[in-house]
Amino acid sequence: MSANLSALFYLISGILFILALRGLSSPETSRKGNYFGIAGMVIAIIVTFLSVGNFGPGFIYVLAFLLVGGSVGAFIAFRIPMTAMPELVAGFHSLVGLAAVFVAISAFLKPEAFNLGLVGNIKLASLIEMSLGAAIGAITFSGSIIAFLKLRGIMSGAPITFKGQHLLNLILGLAIVFLIYYLCISQSSNIFWTVVLISFLVGVLIIIPIGGADMPVVISMLNSYSGWAAAGIGFTLENTALIITGALVGSSGAILSYIMCKGMNRSFFNVILGGWGATDQTSSSKSNEQKPVKNGNADDAAFLMKNASSVIIVPGYGMAVAQAQHALREMVDSLKKNGVKVSYAIHPVAGRMPGHMNVLLAEANVPYDEVFELEEINNDFANCDVAYVIGANDVTNPVAKSDPQSPIYGMPVLDVEKSKSVLFVKRSLSPGYAGIDNDLFYRDNTLMLFADAKKMTEEIVKSL
Amino acid sequence: MEIDPFIFRLSIFILSIFVGYYVVWSVTPSLHTPLMSVTNAISSVIIVGAIIAALAGSSQNFFETSNIFGFLAILLAAVNIFGGFLVTQRMLQMYKKKK
Repeated sequence: MSANLSALFYLISGILFILALRGLSSPETSRKGNYFGIAGMVIAIIVTFLSVGNFGPGFIYVLAFLLVGGSVGAFIAFRIPMTAMPELVAGFHSLVGLAAVFVAISAFLKPEAFNLGLVGNIKLASLIEMSLGAAIGAITFSGSIIAFLKLRGIMSGAPITFKGQHLLNLILGLAIVFLIYYLCISQSSNIFWTVVLISFLVGVLIIIPIGGADMPVVISMLNSYSGWAAAGIGFTLENTALIITGALVGSSGAILSYIMCKGMNRSFFNVILGGWGATDQTSSSKSNEQKPVKNGNADDAAFLMKNASSVIIVPGYGMAVAQAQHALREMVDSLKKNGVKVSYAIHPVAGRMPGHMNVLLAEANVPYDEVFELEEINNDFANCDVAYVIGANDVTNPVAKSDPQSPIYGMPVLDVEKSKSVLFVKRSLSPGYAGIDNDLFYRDNTLMLFADAKKMTEEIVKSL
Repeated sequence: MEIDPFIFRLSIFILSIFVGYYVVWSVTPSLHTPLMSVTNAISSVIIVGAIIAALAGSSQNFFETSNIFGFLAILLAAVNIFGGFLVTQRMLQMYKKKK
């Protein structure tokens, strides 16, 4: 296949990828969008086979590797529980990163296969592009592995910080830039390997200081990095499909990071530099013993909700941990039978990744038009009878609106306290991730339900 | 003077960032998780480079170091392609409207 013709096909597959993302503007069009994405991928792979034109025994091996990898991927995709989506996505990002590193290594070892010159005399632009691709890919890989370990609970979610951390990262970052410059002059393979190794290290170092609840930002950021790595390789290979895709994925991840940071009212650098909560804990968690709370049980909750005319559910990460989404849905069904109007309010940073709660509710067969974003529903709390907070904490804390001293001051929160009564399911009075006591616990209209989210919801279903 | 083809690729890249910017802002927040899994799947189009790397060189000796890295990259990218698209499909199938 001629180079021009295959370039046109790569363009088509790039356009199909754009349409795949475009489809996600609404759930109805999204399924079609996914098929566009698959079509784009199939075209890209077939065109590559045809343009390489080598159907010898090597081709059989390629197919074999493709099938083995594909079966593993398909197996994971069907088996993974929806609550584990954040770690799955982190794991997948690491694979893209590593694949980018491998392709870059391969291009460095055998540049003539990619039309990039000869070993020891690679075109300058290609050398810069492939080393950038390799460096970003390596950072994506090791960073995603750390994110995966933290999300999976294999590694503690607490931020790991040490003295001079930021200085060290800065030095390593500058070292990468300097080494790439030196690589361009010397074409030395040792320097290339050093760049890759340092980048692996940087990936680990930039993710360890970031705490568990900042994971939505981290995952989005790594998503973005994997895109830039792909784009770097795309420039090296002069491949339009890769360049377009890299740019799409890179900007998508960047936008998601921005949305998540905004949901926490923090700057991107504040999150990246890490260690929230570690510094503020001492000042905030004092004197919460004396304040009285109202303690309720499942019967009280059932009574309140049955007699309400409208209920808003506020789910958070705790719901995912307790796997309470199905029980919740049952509860809502029996409430609806009693003529109660129920809707769901989702905070942008609820859960461990963007849109996490929406997927879990969808899994439990909650129709998506009953689920609302913060801006859409926040005014409705004032007219609602009961707010049922299940597994959320910091995102409901009224302190964010009233106390300029609080570390979460200015963060957009759900106005849960405005509803006539609040039911707060929680295992204990312990503060949330931010280490801040939630003022909502001590309000007159709040009834605390101390229990596991799933058990409590099931008991309420029984009492209804 | 002729324009370096690199400039054309850079133009495609920059314009695609803009396209990405507008397209992603129009994605409904409730689909942000499928957005992440599908962007993950499509970024695995890097498999294109992996295939070229794996098949480079003579057909008798396709297990040189550079080929092996190519094959490994195919393996990783294939996990992502199948896993990414299928899990996205699985999620999207769950989004239903009120009956």
